[in-house]
Parts: sequence; C-alpha cells; structure tokens
Amino acid sequence: MMTQAEIRNRLKDKTVGIAGCGGLGSNAAISLARIGVCSFVIVDFDHVDESNLNRQYYFREQIGDRKVDALSLNMTRINKAIRIESHAVRIESEDVKTLFGKCDIIIEAFDRADAKTMLIETVMEHLPQIPLIVGNGMAGIGGFQDLRIVHWSENVYVCGDGSSEISDELPPLAPRVAIVANMQANLALELLIK
Amino acid sequence: MIITLNNRIEEVDAINISVNELIKYKNFTFRLLVTKVNGQLVKTAERDQIIVMEGDIVEVLHLISGG
Repeated sequence: MMTQAEIRNRLKDKTVGIAGCGGLGSNAAISLARIGVCSFVIVDFDHVDESNLNRQYYFREQIGDRKVDALSLNMTRINKAIRIESHAVRIESEDVKTLFGKCDIIIEAFDRADAKTMLIETVMEHLPQIPLIVGNGMAGIGGFQDLRIVHWSENVYVCGDGSSEISDELPPLAPRVAIVANMQANLALELLIK
Repeated sequence: MIITLNNRIEEVDAINISVNELIKYKNFTFRLLVTKVNGQLVKTAERDQIIVMEGDIVEVLHLISGG
C-alpha cells in the first residue's frame, strides 16, 4: 500500500517512452501524466485527423496539428511541470535505441502489426533491460473478459485480447481502446514503483 | 519429435525443421509474428536458419493491427 505522495515520489525521476501517439499512446500518456510521471519521450509522425477523435485523446481544434505537439499540450494542461521530449518521426529499427534508450519503460502503441513486430524484436535485442508493454487486440465492442496481460518474455508484456484485428466491421472505439491503454498504463505504474 | 509450442506439448511429424518450416507446418497464417526458441528471440530474418529440435520450447506471438 502506498499513499499518493509516496507514489508521486517514486515516479518523479522516471521516464516513460510512448511509441505511437494514437488511441493507445495518447490515452496511456494522459493517465501516466495524471498520476505523477514527469518525464516522457513521445514519438509519432502523424497529424490529428477528425477520424481519430472517436478514441484518441485530442480535441476538435487540434485537427491538423502534429500528434506529438497536441499530446504535449494536453499533458502539460494536466501538469505544467511535465518534461516532454517529442519526435515527429516514423520510428525505424535503427533509431529505437537512441530514442528510447534512457527510458525506464516503453509503451508500444503503434497501429500497424508490422511496426509492433519491429519494436518488440528491436527492444528484445538492443534494450533487454527496459520493460516493453505492448498493446495487441482491442478493436470492437464488449469482450471485456478476453482482455488480459501476458508476460511474454523477460522484458515484454502484452495487453489486449490478442485476436481482434481492426477492420471496417470491427473498428477501434474509445471504450475498449482506452481500457487496453489503461491496462498498459496500470502495468507501467506497477513496474515503475517497484 | 515432441516440442512445447506456446505452452502446449505438441507432436511434430518431422525432425530438425526450421522455425519457418514449423510455422508452415502448423498452418499459422498470421504474417506478423515474434518468435522465441528456448527463451531466445529468433528474429524474422533468422527463422530459416534456426532449427527446432526435440524438446525445444517454441513461443510464437501473433501481432495484430490496431492501436
């Protein structure tokens, strides 16, 4: 058991990496910002689109803005002391170590499965000391009982149902995406305060 | 040969096959996977070279889009 103050104290020197600032990344980052994580590395090449507002932590007036800029603004509106290193780039395997090497934990929040695979392989190979929390399978409605966390490898944890691939008939929607994002944030908190 | 695949004991009707051959043998149709043999990462590019042997522990994680 820990008080809020003790939790904040444990978190104050930690840095969290957010790989992708879409539905998973934006929601996980906001939750971690609220509970006292003060240092982030956030990476996303994309801009806020109207279609993102069904699940991602952005607002109408941010449409067209770079996601890293919009997310930084939204996080500092919660805590103005937050330090954010942002990179508006598409993450390539060779950049992972430079981008996230100083993080205490990395949240994998990409949209595409090939990018997820790349990040898992790269972090397992080059940053095996840093826990990586992956989001895998969160499209659709309901199915709360199918969401789980698997400790897949020494430093790799996988959150989600592992099966619901997004499609026209199975869109990603705020409730289930935010649940998985917050499973990731909750696990990150648990590992960070250990 | 007998192996452990994703925490289940499996009899594979072949010996000393590559990780990619095992994936084909099991009819894993998913394209995007991360694989481990005996706890060690086997990267996508290494799956033809790394051989699965009797008693090996193979883990296959299937990644799906969405996030």
